Amino acid sequence: MPRLSLTINGRAVKARQGETILGAARERGIFIPTLCNLDGLKPLGGCRICLVEVRGHPRPVPACATKVEEGMVVTTDSERVVSMRRMVVELLLAERNHQCPVCVMNNNCELQAVARLLGIDHVRYDFIAPRAVLDISHERFGIDHNRCILCRRCVRVCDEIEGAHTWDVNGRGAASRIISDLAEPWGLSGTCTDCGKCVQACPTGALFAKGTETTGKGTICLEKLVAWRQRREP
Amino acid sequence: MTRDELRHKSRCARETRTAAGLRISVCLGSPCVATGAEAVLRALRESYGDRAIEVIGTGCMGPCSRGPLIRIEDRRGNRAAYYEKTTPATAMATVRAHLEGLNPDQGRLPADLPFLIRQQRVVLANSGICDPESLASSLENGGYAALLHAIEKMAPEEVCHEISASGLRGRGGAGYPTGTKWELVRAAKSRRRYVVANGDEGDPGAFMDRTLMESDPHRLLEGMAIAAYAVGATQGFIYVRGEYPLAARRLRQAINEATRAGLLGPHILESGFSFTIRLRIGAGAFVCGEETALMASIMGRRGQPVIRPPYPAQRGLWNQSTLINNVETFGCIAPIISKGADWFKSIGVPGSSGTKVFSISGDVATVGVMEVPLGTPLRELVAMSGGISNGNFKAAQTGGASGGCIPASHLDTPMDYESLTSLGSIMGSGGLIIMNDRRCMADMARFFMRFCQDESCGKCVPCRAGTEQAAQLLRRITSGDATEDDLVKLEELCHLMGDASLCGLGMAAPTPVLGTLRWFRDEYQAHLRAGGCPTGVCDREKHPCHV
Repeated sequence: MPRLSLTINGRAVKARQGETILGAARERGIFIPTLCNLDGLKPLGGCRICLVEVRGHPRPVPACATKVEEGMVVTTDSERVVSMRRMVVELLLAERNHQCPVCVMNNNCELQAVARLLGIDHVRYDFIAPRAVLDISHERFGIDHNRCILCRRCVRVCDEIEGAHTWDVNGRGAASRIISDLAEPWGLSGTCTDCGKCVQACPTGALFAKGTETTGKGTICLEKLVAWRQRREP
Repeated sequence: MTRDELRHKSRCARETRTAAGLRISVCLGSPCVATGAEAVLRALRESYGDRAIEVIGTGCMGPCSRGPLIRIEDRRGNRAAYYEKTTPATAMATVRAHLEGLNPDQGRLPADLPFLIRQQRVVLANSGICDPESLASSLENGGYAALLHAIEKMAPEEVCHEISASGLRGRGGAGYPTGTKWELVRAAKSRRRYVVANGDEGDPGAFMDRTLMESDPHRLLEGMAIAAYAVGATQGFIYVRGEYPLAARRLRQAINEATRAGLLGPHILESGFSFTIRLRIGAGAFVCGEETALMASIMGRRGQPVIRPPYPAQRGLWNQSTLINNVETFGCIAPIISKGADWFKSIGVPGSSGTKVFSISGDVATVGVMEVPLGTPLRELVAMSGGISNGNFKAAQTGGASGGCIPASHLDTPMDYESLTSLGSIMGSGGLIIMNDRRCMADMARFFMRFCQDESCGKCVPCRAGTEQAAQLLRRITSGDATEDDLVKLEELCHLMGDASLCGLGMAAPTPVLGTLRWFRDEYQAHLRAGGCPTGVCDREKHPCHV
């Protein structure tokens, strides 16, 4: 397999053709924060947390969705992209209700982790936090739209891995909501297989398992599942 | 239809046109229809349809705010007189007077009206002349002659080459060289290829594409067919926004008529080239004008953009190579093929060849559609539309919600791609909103930010949450509750949106704010201090009945 050489943060790096910048950086122990990315799912490029600078590109590019090219010069931690990441996380924290102390995912939350990593101790924007609904009609799980960051991991995992496509997005802009089937209560969904992958995939406390003291997340290893799927479909 | 039949039809038409008598044309563009043009046409047809007078409905004549318009001329198309704001009664009276050999003054537009005579119509050459609901009328005016020429005399690569040589750039906004795009699609490895016309003209103040689709739908079909021939496509789509029912109806009719006549479908004009066109109607999303979102919408998916690359030329509709051009770009194709690349290049300025259709609206005497060579100064466009109404020129917003503004000090700016970019604005699709000195620029920026907030698809955070916060900040500024700090935050957000958004909508959303901040920062500053809005617009907004 052809190997490409590129430079990430001044370090010479070899990468496989077709690999993303994110993958190449991770292999070398260079950390790029992500939110909407989940290994095994198709990249979305929506959260813009993983933006990196590539020489010759006027704008930063998402590391999760940009393929490596020969001779690429990538900077993952420039002042510009770090300040962008901070602003994006601030915008997310202000967009919906992210009250960590009362959230089921406190201390297990990826949004919280990214915020902590970027040293965000306050949010400069107005908290918009519209009163979004909580759907606990499903027997085992619930969805709290107040915690949702619209990363669409649940949508993609349900579509790409489980193949049920129960979840999708309704509305647009800030009014976007994750819906099950045709905006029916989750408990009445005819397509949901109750597999719980969406709950496992959710980075925040938006999707949760009911009746457990902890989040119940992380009990299924999605990466193994993906590897298993890929073995079956060459 | 065979090639000879096509030639015969256009020749016959030229002969009948030499017959004596009057021809009355009634403008049936949507602004005129909205003000009652159909009643005028019906009344004239009922009274005169059976005599030696030809009464036809045509596409848009240009000065939309003066409708319903009628034009009276002799059969040869000489001595044309335009009458504005007609009703069935005044139209009948005018025609009666003309039949008596008089030339009535009431409602007549001056023969030297700059709006009409200073235009150079290439794309809109048949607009206002031919009947958009009749293929025969289009053929009379030279429709499909370029397609015949291309199929008969040119190889597909020659067509691509001709378009490249003409220097035509995409009329949708970004100004990408059309020929290069065609060559990319032609060269792409793909099982099938598609040609898509982007008629999702969503910018506030833009109505050029609507005018072309409503006035001369066959021109669009012909341009698409030539493109398909050049790149080797067999299937085309026209994506029309749902707010344009008249354009959709006329396009559907044109597609059916052209297909029946063998100008679309299998073996076009006795050649091995086959091409069909299907119409897709949008459901009211501005973001569907972005090419990847548009393709998603055509395929029946949620209309939201995806990351490029891969570009549509590599992987577009159903993962096949796809050519997407704006409606107006396709409108330029037939004249280039008929008259040659050199002719096209001789119009306009270096780097921006050809003409551009502008839809001019706002505080001007005459609102409407005008086509001028690229590089025409903004001052000339304002003068053509009859000057500023209710005050002096303050600024012009080019490119709608994605563009910036041009202040009075740059009124002599030539309207071409590079000059506008250097002023921090964009050509955009050609919507031109003129504002007089009673308009508040902060308030205008707030309007456009609200628009982008409503139209954001919600996929990426900078656009979804950024427009929401920026609109909030602008609301605070215009209502006089903001501080210096808010202005800093607003600028910071604007740069974030511009750099970090996923698609063109988010990247361009802050342009109206940055443009007004660049030229009218003092006006923003005035809002921050107790002085309030210098124009008084925003104080009215504060009134409880304004939400």
